[in-house]
Amino acid sequence: MISARGLRKSFGDFEAVKGIDVDVRKGEAFGFLGPNGAGKSSTMRMIASVSPVTSGELRILGMDPATDGPAIRGRLGVCPQEDTLDNELNVFDNLYIYGRYFGIDRATCRDRANELLEFAQITEKAKSKVEDLSGGMKRRLTIARSLINNPDLLLLDEPTTGLDPQARHVLWDQLFRLKQAGVTLVITTHYMDEAEQLCDRLVVMDKGVIAAEGSPRELIEAHSTREVAELRFGVGEHEALAEKVEDLGDRVEVLPDRLLVYSDRGEDVVTAVIDRGLQPIATLVRRSTLEDVFLRLTGRSLAD
Amino acid sequence: MAALDQVAIPAPMTPVHATRLLVLRNFIVYKSAWKLFLTGFLEPVLYLFSIGVGVGQLIDSFEFHGEQVSYAAFVAPAMLATSAFNGALLDSTFNVFFKLKYEKLYDQMLATPLTTGDIARGEIAWGLIRGSVYSAAFLVVMLAMGLVESWWAVLALPAAILIAFAFSAVCMALTTWMKSWQDFDKITLAQMPLFLFSATFFPVEAFGDSVLRWVVEATPLYRGVVLCRELTTGVVTWESAVSVVYLVVMGVIGLMVVRRRLDKLLLT
Repeated sequence: MISARGLRKSFGDFEAVKGIDVDVRKGEAFGFLGPNGAGKSSTMRMIASVSPVTSGELRILGMDPATDGPAIRGRLGVCPQEDTLDNELNVFDNLYIYGRYFGIDRATCRDRANELLEFAQITEKAKSKVEDLSGGMKRRLTIARSLINNPDLLLLDEPTTGLDPQARHVLWDQLFRLKQAGVTLVITTHYMDEAEQLCDRLVVMDKGVIAAEGSPRELIEAHSTREVAELRFGVGEHEALAEKVEDLGDRVEVLPDRLLVYSDRGEDVVTAVIDRGLQPIATLVRRSTLEDVFLRLTGRSLAD
Repeated sequence: MAALDQVAIPAPMTPVHATRLLVLRNFIVYKSAWKLFLTGFLEPVLYLFSIGVGVGQLIDSFEFHGEQVSYAAFVAPAMLATSAFNGALLDSTFNVFFKLKYEKLYDQMLATPLTTGDIARGEIAWGLIRGSVYSAAFLVVMLAMGLVESWWAVLALPAAILIAFAFSAVCMALTTWMKSWQDFDKITLAQMPLFLFSATFFPVEAFGDSVLRWVVEATPLYRGVVLCRELTTGVVTWESAVSVVYLVVMGVIGLMVVRRRLDKLLLT
């Protein structure tokens, strides 16, 4: 569906994407995980065929975005980072006219718009102004709109950023249903839980390059331990205490508010820490996540 | 989602089809806000009544290209040209700026098969239609008031459409360089003198043989005003041909600039 080789994007002197290789296969949910400014959105805009490639090769659905932009876009669904809804039109017309932009005929657009209102669970808002919708509803409308042309490939740039937890879960559920219906999804996110929930395969991006690639499970296995013991001590004590627990796990990460000890047996770590007379304010043993993978690969957390 | 599969992939759109879709979008917006449409129509009508008819009472008759015309018949075609000018200006400046900078409307359009060329043509077409609607309505007012003096006037509507096209294109092009709402003062700054001095209320001969007269004769609204005036009074000269060529060239250049600017602004 997508194939990129040595893909680069520069804005003046700034190089946002520094030569990446990516392959997205039909029917999978593929993720770009990384912090803000990692080059995810720049990559997405190139895939969406609205941003010219600076250098390297990019093929989308077998076509070259430089020459076949409109043909590619006709088969893509794009859900941008910010909702770019048409505030001068009501909810129904947003879907209807967007469908018409694809060259779809009137009757089909009307039917599709009604179906998608139902899919987005906003049928009763059909005649409302866009600005009267809640954040979650706007997001669902944007996603519904991106489905109007029955896309082969759906691009979702930070789909749940800014949504409350409940709205996120509704959205995840809908994306999951789309995936099961066979739509190929490409998702950018800086939420590791989102990447874990939705993506079959993902690349971790940092500063314009790909730091690692694989399924969430593969990445965790390759770059982290099975479990993590989180130890919280008093403010400012973490740096000094790191040495005292270093030998208890494969690796220790010092965060401003806690120590992370990587080990396959987290409970044993906690027990050993307490046996040594150290008194953490709080402890937590959890499974490793993509957050830990990211920390390992870049030395920074995703939220930075 | 079974019905998902029923949507066939549509054939590639022609530029005409794409342009129509943008016009359709604007039409849907204004269908529920048609009152906004009235102001652009009323303005030249009010001028016609106050100055053309009102002030016209103080002026017996008038010489235009050697023919005697009433003052109202002199002012009316200028207001016809102005209504096309105003209508085109409204959409291609404020509205385009709003859509470009705040609404990000063109960004969403570019996520579909539409191109920057389609957007340029579509918005200019809409400005042109709005200007034309105002002109057509104004022409009816002129007809009802007996201010149309020749069959040439049937060409006044196409002339007004041409004026709307030329100004839509150039104003939209200029709008792409606007950074903030303050920049629109410059538009107003250009709009007022153009409106007042393009031989709208007094003949260009009033400037004597000064350089100013040549300047005025080279401005676009003046070309539009004399074109309309020659057509509605029936005194058609070679100047009309000059005006037509002038306005066509202006519009085409504007259209090309808009497209290139949208490429630069949106396809980054």
